[in-house]
Amino acid sequence: MDKNSNTYIFIYAVLMVVIVAAMLSFVATKLKPFQDFNEEVQKKQDILKAIQVDSNAKTAVDLYNKYIVGSRVVNSDGDLLEGQNAFKVDLKKEISKPVEDRSLPIFVSANDDGSTKLIIPLQGKGLWGPIWGYISLNDDMKTIYGASFDHKSETPGLGAEINTEKFQEQFLGKKILDENQEFVSVKVVKGGAENNNPHAVDAISGGTITSDGLEDMMFDCLKPYMNYFERVLTKGGE
Amino acid sequence: MKEREPLFSRKNLRLLSEPINKNNPITVQVLGICSALAVTVQLKPSIVMALSVMFVMGFSNLIISLMRKTIPSRIRIIVQLVVIASLVIIVDQVLKAFLFDVSRQLSVFVGLIITNCIIMGRLEAFALANKPWPSLLDGLGNAAGYGAILVLVGFFRELLGSGTVFGYPIFAELGLFKIGYENNGLFILPPMALIIVGVIIWVQRSRNRELIEEN
Repeated sequence: MDKNSNTYIFIYAVLMVVIVAAMLSFVATKLKPFQDFNEEVQKKQDILKAIQVDSNAKTAVDLYNKYIVGSRVVNSDGDLLEGQNAFKVDLKKEISKPVEDRSLPIFVSANDDGSTKLIIPLQGKGLWGPIWGYISLNDDMKTIYGASFDHKSETPGLGAEINTEKFQEQFLGKKILDENQEFVSVKVVKGGAENNNPHAVDAISGGTITSDGLEDMMFDCLKPYMNYFERVLTKGGE
Repeated sequence: MKEREPLFSRKNLRLLSEPINKNNPITVQVLGICSALAVTVQLKPSIVMALSVMFVMGFSNLIISLMRKTIPSRIRIIVQLVVIASLVIIVDQVLKAFLFDVSRQLSVFVGLIITNCIIMGRLEAFALANKPWPSLLDGLGNAAGYGAILVLVGFFRELLGSGTVFGYPIFAELGLFKIGYENNGLFILPPMALIIVGVIIWVQRSRNRELIEEN
């Protein structure tokens, strides 16, 4: 058959596409469970990091089961939403909804010293793509106990620095409420925050847009929880 | 009967070794520069990228060479792209399944191997006209030449930009920061990769005068 005839080209193209499609979907289905597991382990590692527990891909699952003793999903009015799995809530979808309709996951940890921490997941936008993280709060529900941030594609050495120890450490002990118990979140200040300011940390030089994105993410993702926190505090515990 | 050529004849070995130095795709042919700029901030992603390109290039050359007698010349570019794209997707999926943290670091750049002009260049120039074995060697050789430059650039950018090698803080250990040394932030940005590649080209040409073009 003539290699340059239309029929030959047509059959050749169709066969090629079918074979390649079959092969790729086979590979993708076979590898999917491994990939899902990796994502889950990564998420557990991130959550653990927010309560200052170091883990690696091997220990994350055990440590998660040990430290994370509970989870719940609430809405912005502070009501508990029954029947939802906090771990499975897709934050990317939630933040695109209006605040009233969001499902807000909370994880509860019991640390070695007997204290209880609340872990709040965050999701926002950096310069090139999504950024996310977890903030853990002491049981006064305003002091930050730990923070972990990560990003998809921020500039290495600049915006990407948000996932370094050095940046995340700054958040420890910061307060998200001011003296009047009003929500102020934590500001990321370009040029450096003044010492002893409990509501601000230093931005990353050269990573202004990522820093701003992180500040917005903290504000937008923490604010909806305030009704729930207030309700818990006024009831005097849970 | 025609005598069979030994697998590692001198001609075949040249296919493997020439692109590493004398006919290097980056420094001599100046191809594949864009990914060399993007992934070389640190050493580890540079190495994984080099290995991924080696896999894609070796196999795409081999597969295209095996198919070369059946490919209709009017759609040969599309056929080449399909082969490259499938291999790249396989690499990406495997990295996500078994080398999760590295795949997160490389993020979109694995996918962008598809657009690496060296790969299509070798398919067009070599694999379409040669037997499978030499094609495989040619692919591996060119990928090695590309990878060698990537690793070299990655090494200098990580060392001078972040003061580390493979994440190990070598400059901090040496106490350089205490005596007032500071990391050069410029090395982290892509333009510095271009300058390092330029320096490599300079060094290579001053050692090997054949490469200097006559004006």
